Amino acid sequence: MLTVAITHRFGDFTLDVAFSAPAGVTAITGPSGAGKTSIINAVAGLFRPDAGEVRYGDEVLFGPGVWVPPHRRRFGYVFQDARLLPHLTVRQNLAYGAWFAGGAQELGAVVDMLGIAPLLSRRPAALSGGERQRVALGRALLARPRMLLMDEPLASLDAARKDEILPYLERVRDLGTPILYVTHAGDEVERLATSVVRVQGGRLAG
Amino acid sequence: MTDWLTAQEWTALMLSLRVAFWATVVSLPFGILAAHALARWSFPGKQVFNMIVHLPLILPPVVTGYLLLVTFGRRGYVGEWLYEVTGFTFAFRWTGAALAAAVMAFPLMVRAIRLSIEAVDTRLEAAAGTLGASPPWVFATVTLPLALPGVLAGAILAFAKAMGEFGATITFVANIPGETQTVPTAIYEALQVPGGEGPAFRLVVIAVIVAMGALLASEWVSRVVAARVQGR
Repeated sequence: MLTVAITHRFGDFTLDVAFSAPAGVTAITGPSGAGKTSIINAVAGLFRPDAGEVRYGDEVLFGPGVWVPPHRRRFGYVFQDARLLPHLTVRQNLAYGAWFAGGAQELGAVVDMLGIAPLLSRRPAALSGGERQRVALGRALLARPRMLLMDEPLASLDAARKDEILPYLERVRDLGTPILYVTHAGDEVERLATSVVRVQGGRLAG
Repeated sequence: MTDWLTAQEWTALMLSLRVAFWATVVSLPFGILAAHALARWSFPGKQVFNMIVHLPLILPPVVTGYLLLVTFGRRGYVGEWLYEVTGFTFAFRWTGAALAAAVMAFPLMVRAIRLSIEAVDTRLEAAAGTLGASPPWVFATVTLPLALPGVLAGAILAFAKAMGEFGATITFVANIPGETQTVPTAIYEALQVPGGEGPAFRLVVIAVIVAMGALLASEWVSRVVAARVQGR
């Protein structure tokens, strides 16, 4: 279980949240500018809050005098903008995280699950937005994360693309890896989430 | 090929190429490291470090040559020790010409590489980190490949600059045919004697061709490699 309790001041905006994310899909939801991305980045280790604690089970990832860098946190991160490495092919992108995790044995299974076999030899520049997001999903999974972090993975896609990706997200959810899912879209919360954390103005809302 | 250049001119050209090649190859790793430090790290004394890297660009080359002489000359602070311990010396050797050329070309090389490293999207580096890549791995597998066009362009520019280095070279290692006489110092020597315009002109043509070739090559490399790297 992931436990988060962090505070951070950004000028006149204060982020101050505490919650825990059990197994399943925990949605962090709220309007833009509520601090959702800062929260997920603090979990990933891409953002260092002023104070507080981030724990996964018994392991403290961030706390007084403790800072585990992102590459040792073993969280798979799916970004809104995919962030595939442009100089590598799809296959190399998929193998990238797997290599650091000790091997790409599951590559075939993940490729089949996400339906990206025809894309393997292409470069990210030659993919559509939906294809990129499927590859990013596969890349994060192949790094064998203990938890997946997703920051508005569907927000940059049109409605048709969204419907194309959602079934794959459900398949990933059903693999059993816990997911922390940032979104401002109610329909995604309804369809995917098993628990919900509502954020508004940097604080938890009702 | 060889008959329109005298033996001495031919020697000067080959020596220039050797000096510029080694100056570029040996300084490239340091140039990449310095550029990366300036682009991405914050550390105390960064502005001073930046200034020292750029100093050869602004100092009179004769001053840089003099500083190299008092540092790496046979009686220099470092040079004397180096000679006693290893028997190696830069003084009045082609290696000294390469050192002078490397120092003079270093700011150009670092600037080109620094710009290309700064242009690498830090969000991609962050993504690589979340996939398990430690900072050195991120540098080797993301930053450096994406900055490659600028690294190559910087290396080619440094090579061209090293081919043309004059002031620091002649001050540090003099103008000894066959050992430290490069194309620019050979042009200088030819112009010191009456009737030397002919030999000087041939070397001038060579210098212009090399410089323009290097500029074209660096333009071409940055475009072609950039397209390849981005998968376009």
